[in-house]
Amino acid sequence: MTAAPEQIDVLDEAREQVLERGVGLTEAQVLKVLELPEDRIPELLALAHEVRERWCGPEVEVEGIVSLKTGGCPEDCHFCSQSGQFPSPVRSAWLDIPGLVRAARQTRDTGATEFCIVAAVRGPDKRLLSQVRDGIKAIRADGNDIQIACSLGMLTQEQVDELVAMGVHRYNHNLETARSHFPEVVTTHSWEERWDTLRMIRDAGMEVCCGGIIGMGETLAQRAEFAVQLAELEPDEVPLNFLIPNPGTPYENYPVVEGAEALRTVGAFRLALPRTILRFAGGRELTFGDLGAKQGMLGGINAIIVGNYLTNLGRPAQQDLDMLEELSMPIKALSQTL
Amino acid sequence: MTTAVYCAFCGKEEADGDHAFCRQRLSMIDPPRYCPECARRMVVQVTPDGWTARCSRHGETASAR
Ligand code: SF4
Ligand SMILES: [Zn+2]
Ligand SMILES: [Zn+2]
Repeated sequence: MTAAPEQIDVLDEAREQVLERGVGLTEAQVLKVLELPEDRIPELLALAHEVRERWCGPEVEVEGIVSLKTGGCPEDCHFCSQSGQFPSPVRSAWLDIPGLVRAARQTRDTGATEFCIVAAVRGPDKRLLSQVRDGIKAIRADGNDIQIACSLGMLTQEQVDELVAMGVHRYNHNLETARSHFPEVVTTHSWEERWDTLRMIRDAGMEVCCGGIIGMGETLAQRAEFAVQLAELEPDEVPLNFLIPNPGTPYENYPVVEGAEALRTVGAFRLALPRTILRFAGGRELTFGDLGAKQGMLGGINAIIVGNYLTNLGRPAQQDLDMLEELSMPIKALSQTL
Repeated sequence: MTTAVYCAFCGKEEADGDHAFCRQRLSMIDPPRYCPECARRMVVQVTPDGWTARCSRHGETASAR
């Protein structure tokens, strides 16, 4: 069957609009991309890769993350093994300062330029902020010049200012999913509250890192909605996670996102966010395996988390570094980020 | 070396039921969560290149890396 002449193919449109002009796809266009038949995925990924090279360059940003405070969170994000509201086997734990310094050093040793300190909280209290402050001082005293990001939940203006004063250059706070789907996923706070924190971060001059999780029961239309809502925020970085169905959480029996669907999502998000750092985050091991990771890197992704995540394990950092070398993708250096 | 009586992923007895899925998760993306000797939930700390898991009765184990 041939398309009617007036029906313009979405990838042709994207080539002119996104690749040539740097204008991200609209919600309707993203949805069309998400609905592309499987045999067109290679074409989509090739275009997404071209877009990434044109608007972001060839470098890959490498990051390591660590959980400073694990588990026992009062919130009820249904995907999260760290919520204290579900019978998850994850127990509360605090990482001490020497452990944090070691984690930062391990991360720097991989060649990474980003180190993100994460805590499972609704928002930081005084104790957590002082732990972060002491931790950052100790990391610097260790002679480690890696850039430090934080993810500590929702913030007040005062806390935003404190983090800026500590030299935190980027803040992660995920919107997680489309606004219309969020109430299904979280009931203890709203999408809008998260949005407010993100605005404060942006206004304070910190870089905004905001992404989410694919595979939480959202429709394709909601996935498209999410992509353009992120684009509206103009984040510096979007981490893309794929659901890990964790025991004890309400989503423990959700299916893992299929590789082809995940690749379509990667390509579509790149076409919606041509200039953003698009990071492979959690769940890629389960969703893609080793082959898919490579396809993703050649399909619009330009950043990765190496090593382990917060409560789950990743593949060894060296395996990802070898992959980047094999793909002839240079790792972004610290000098390029200053 | 004590033999594992309990599954480190789901905490049920190894002899009871099928743990193929558990083993797959443990080999890919999960640190142990339950003590293999007593099935207590362990305090687990994941770091960029490893993990430690501590049982209040049987002490700490760590990843090989
Ligand atoms: S706020 Fe963060 S740590 Fe707490 S339940 Fe939600 S995702 Fe998990
Ligand atoms: Zn088991
Ligand atoms: Zn034990």
